[in-house]
Amino acid sequence: PGECLHHSCSLNYALSTLDSITLMYPFFYRPMFEVIEDGWHSFLPEQEFELYSSASGEWRLSYVNKEFAVCPSYPPTVIVPKSIDDEALRKVATFRHGGRFPVLSYYHQKNGMVIMRSGQPLTGTNGRRCKEDEKLINATLRVGKRGYIIDTRSLNVAQQARAKGGGFEQEAHYPQWRRIHKSIERYHILQESLIKLVEACNDQTHNMDRWLSKLEASNWLTHIKEILTTACLAAQCIDREGASVLIHGTEGTDSTLQVTSLAQIILEPRSRTIRGFEALIEREWLQAGHPFQQRCAQSAYCNTKQKWEAPVFLLFLDCVWQILRQFPCSFEFNENFLIMLFEHAYASQFGTFLGNSESERCKLKLQQKTMSLWSWVNQPSELSKYTNPLFEANNLVIWPSVAPQSLPLWEGIFLRWNRSSKYLDEAYEEMVNIIEYNKELQAKVNILRRQLAELETEDGMQESP
Amino acid sequence: MEHIRTPKVENVRLVDRVSPKKAALGTLYLTATHVIFVENSPDTRKETWILHSQISTIEKQATTATGCPLLIRCKNFQIIQLIIPQERDCHDVYISLIRLARPVKYEELYCFSFNPMLDKEEREQGWVLINLSEEYKRMGLPNNYWQLSDVNREYRVCDSYPTELYVPKSATAHIIVGSSKFRSRRRFPVLSYYYKDNHASICRSSQPLSGFSARCLEDEQMLQAIRKANPGSDFVYVVDTRPKLNAMANRAAGKGYENEDNYSNIKFQFIGIENIHVMRNSLQKMLEVCELKSPSMSDFLWGLENSGWLRHIKAIMDAGIFIAKAVSEEGASVLVHCSDGWDRTAQVCSVASLLLDPHYRTLKGFMVLIEKDWISFGHKFNHRYGNLDGDPKEISPIIDQFIECVWQLMEQFPCAFEFNERFLIHIQHHIYSCQFGNFLCNSQKERRELKIQERTYSLWAHLWKNRADYLNPLFRADHSQTQGTLHLPTTPCNFMYKFWSGMYNRFEKGMQPRQSVTDYLMAVKEETQQLEEELEALEERLEKIQKVQLNCTKVKSKQSEPSKHSGFSTSDNSIANTPQDYSGNMKSFPSRSPSQGDEDSALILTQDNLKNSDPDLSANSDQESGVEDLSCRSPSGGEHAPSEDSGKDRDSDEAVFLTA
Repeated sequence: PGECLHHSCSLNYALSTLDSITLMYPFFYRPMFEVIEDGWHSFLPEQEFELYSSASGEWRLSYVNKEFAVCPSYPPTVIVPKSIDDEALRKVATFRHGGRFPVLSYYHQKNGMVIMRSGQPLTGTNGRRCKEDEKLINATLRVGKRGYIIDTRSLNVAQQARAKGGGFEQEAHYPQWRRIHKSIERYHILQESLIKLVEACNDQTHNMDRWLSKLEASNWLTHIKEILTTACLAAQCIDREGASVLIHGTEGTDSTLQVTSLAQIILEPRSRTIRGFEALIEREWLQAGHPFQQRCAQSAYCNTKQKWEAPVFLLFLDCVWQILRQFPCSFEFNENFLIMLFEHAYASQFGTFLGNSESERCKLKLQQKTMSLWSWVNQPSELSKYTNPLFEANNLVIWPSVAPQSLPLWEGIFLRWNRSSKYLDEAYEEMVNIIEYNKELQAKVNILRRQLAELETEDGMQESP
Repeated sequence: MEHIRTPKVENVRLVDRVSPKKAALGTLYLTATHVIFVENSPDTRKETWILHSQISTIEKQATTATGCPLLIRCKNFQIIQLIIPQERDCHDVYISLIRLARPVKYEELYCFSFNPMLDKEEREQGWVLINLSEEYKRMGLPNNYWQLSDVNREYRVCDSYPTELYVPKSATAHIIVGSSKFRSRRRFPVLSYYYKDNHASICRSSQPLSGFSARCLEDEQMLQAIRKANPGSDFVYVVDTRPKLNAMANRAAGKGYENEDNYSNIKFQFIGIENIHVMRNSLQKMLEVCELKSPSMSDFLWGLENSGWLRHIKAIMDAGIFIAKAVSEEGASVLVHCSDGWDRTAQVCSVASLLLDPHYRTLKGFMVLIEKDWISFGHKFNHRYGNLDGDPKEISPIIDQFIECVWQLMEQFPCAFEFNERFLIHIQHHIYSCQFGNFLCNSQKERRELKIQERTYSLWAHLWKNRADYLNPLFRADHSQTQGTLHLPTTPCNFMYKFWSGMYNRFEKGMQPRQSVTDYLMAVKEETQQLEEELEALEERLEKIQKVQLNCTKVKSKQSEPSKHSGFSTSDNSIANTPQDYSGNMKSFPSRSPSQGDEDSALILTQDNLKNSDPDLSANSDQESGVEDLSCRSPSGGEHAPSEDSGKDRDSDEAVFLTA
């Protein structure tokens, strides 16, 4: 068995290296459907930036990372303060983990406040500083305004990071910014949490009490609560305090993205539509360089300790589901949409979630060699499966509750194979029928009204001469 | 009135449970039936009404600089925290409420003064809405095997049973009386539910007085008679719902359980549901968890597990499932008992009936079920729910557990029930409110003596009148889930049982989903109905016009405006919604005064006023479920705290960030 384990180790390793990616299914998958809209071009950064038209006074598109030379995990196009030139960006990149200089993540139309994200500053133990970095960050503040830096790590962890050359922004050097530390877990802690949770869900022998202790011991819902709380805090800074926010953890590719993307779900009605949510995933996860290949290789059933494996994206989806549960009429998509995304992030015939960054995806020529998930999903026949019949556009900011009582286990994903969903599916169907029937009648009534109106005017015409 | 030491206290503050720094200033009034808090704020004048009978505990807490805090916990899980400026006033209120919350005579209860402006005839009609004789007829009784017995007329055999009882035809008065003498409190085996399809039945009784060896021929004959009343089966299950140890301990007191050797053709089975004391403590523990201020996920899950509450719910469900299976699948009759046969037995019989018979999953059927298995068979409402001052050890959330079992089933079978969650919550509320006479006293006999029907109103009529509020939009009489028995999975699925925040945190509106699918769908269905009517009218008119068109008759359009979706979309979009305290530590969040706060809270009000479903909950007794809970529990905590600490020591702010 040891040898077998060894083999599976090497197999796992082989599967997660770049070369072998080209041997994966998406490279051999030949779609049996007609591509109406190529998903690879559905969400171009330029188009996304156009949506922030009112931001264009203060922000600009930069192509400084065109060759992926400044930051290997960033896309070629990023949004930065207008007053900061590319040269300064290059300097800032050397001061930020992985070259991830602060970029715009979200622009709040209502008050012009923004969410930015980055990697940790490389202050090290001797408190290194970078004038350009300070300038860039301050350039995002309006006159007399203050901002918040949300470090997704606890103070302790952030301090320890200094020993390895990382660190956090010193108040003295960023006087207009107030730092808040939260503690969102990373890597193996999340992975262990997922393994424990799935184990608990699969164990049908234990009694009621052990189920609850195991659920508790998995800490999964604790992570959910922490991530959601941090996202709410960021959204609150923006919408309630009227203050901009910079968010980072260590690399800025995991907890950072959870927080920035969830804050947008809370703040931005568009991100609660199907199209908007896809754009959000494209922007805040794929383009932003979440290493999907590393994080989503094995899921819960891996017997080897995968160093880079972590259900970061699944936690994000779970958080979205929690908000959806609390605001069932405010999302254009339904639970199945989230489940579908979860599945494709881990195993897919489409190339969308392959690679760890835009630069890797470019090298792999995914756009030429594989099919985009969005090409498939955005077909009308597919979309209908994922459309929430209850959706009514809601232009308000939605503040979810983060009380434990409000955050249940996501049964649709974790108990999917352990309980029959027959009755719940029937209920969903019933709901769809009720709404469809209403729409049908609405249409019929409208037609008759029109007919009647026509007849009546006809009558009138005949009578009037 | 003589118990009210001070009818009015001014400058009292009602503390917001979610953000304790926020408190509404107002005046507290004590009346004969309610505690009323009226906010000073001139625009709202928000009122909070608490019925005395809802008050569970009153706690005077240590005086602080701001005044004397008074914590009132209600039986419907509302918690009210007041701060009264003067110690003396607080003491007076405290002493008055202690007395008012514990009436000693039935006549002091609210139902005797509650007047919904109905005439005598309407009241009488209300009381006959739910008719048990008709219910037995619906079951198919009397028939060749079962007959109505008059043995208990004037409650001569058993004073906690009703007079109308169904027993096997072969059970003579002699057998019944003999059996009754061998059963605790003379609660002999009688029919609870008859399953038409295969003649199997659910019978109920109390424990036999068997001690270590006693027997009773008539009791044995009684069980034989039950078996014979079901020709399809050659045995009867006897289900003792107690844990085996408890049942054995009872033997020492001359009680106990059936010996299989003495009764021919019975299969004896223990199902370990704990007693009323364990259940009381369990709820207590769970409510402590619900009451925690910003608990961590671990605090909550640990606390929930430690309370054992869901384990108890599961035990009751398991018992019900076992019986429903025995009846529907094995075709065997079941005799259910516990000790006295009025707590666990009531729970289990009603859960089993609910699983077996779709009728009990309808609005009226559910009322009938409670009327039959709980009210008529002498569940001690007065003792269990503390309507009158009594032994606190008698209090136990037995029917609450049954109501939760129904909710758990509704979660699993969303189309199977005609009623919605609100219906359950309002029934729970009124079991404690004593606004209606249905749940008074401990037995039918007591209720008759008190002339409840002549002097009070029936809850069922009230709920029926407002039934539109209680309908489940997913229910359809011809849906597969509304047919026959509900089949639960056979594998042990603990995760099926979930914490019911809609009940136990029902006053923390911020914790509940902010948009209600039920209300949305009901609005859609309502609109659909209007559309159907309009469609019909349009078709008619169209036909007419086409007919008379030749005559060139002009028909003037007077059709109503196009029906608007906005009817339901507005209510859904004006979400009651403000941020909570996400910063974890209030102090850590520097200030800027919120600009949108007011506009949002206005939204809260409009929405919940719209959703205020039970008219009497808002108009008369229970304002707490309507406007009021917004004042005390709305989740508008977040933005408030920062503004209070504005400007204060920036340095320490920083420090808190660092530790946060």
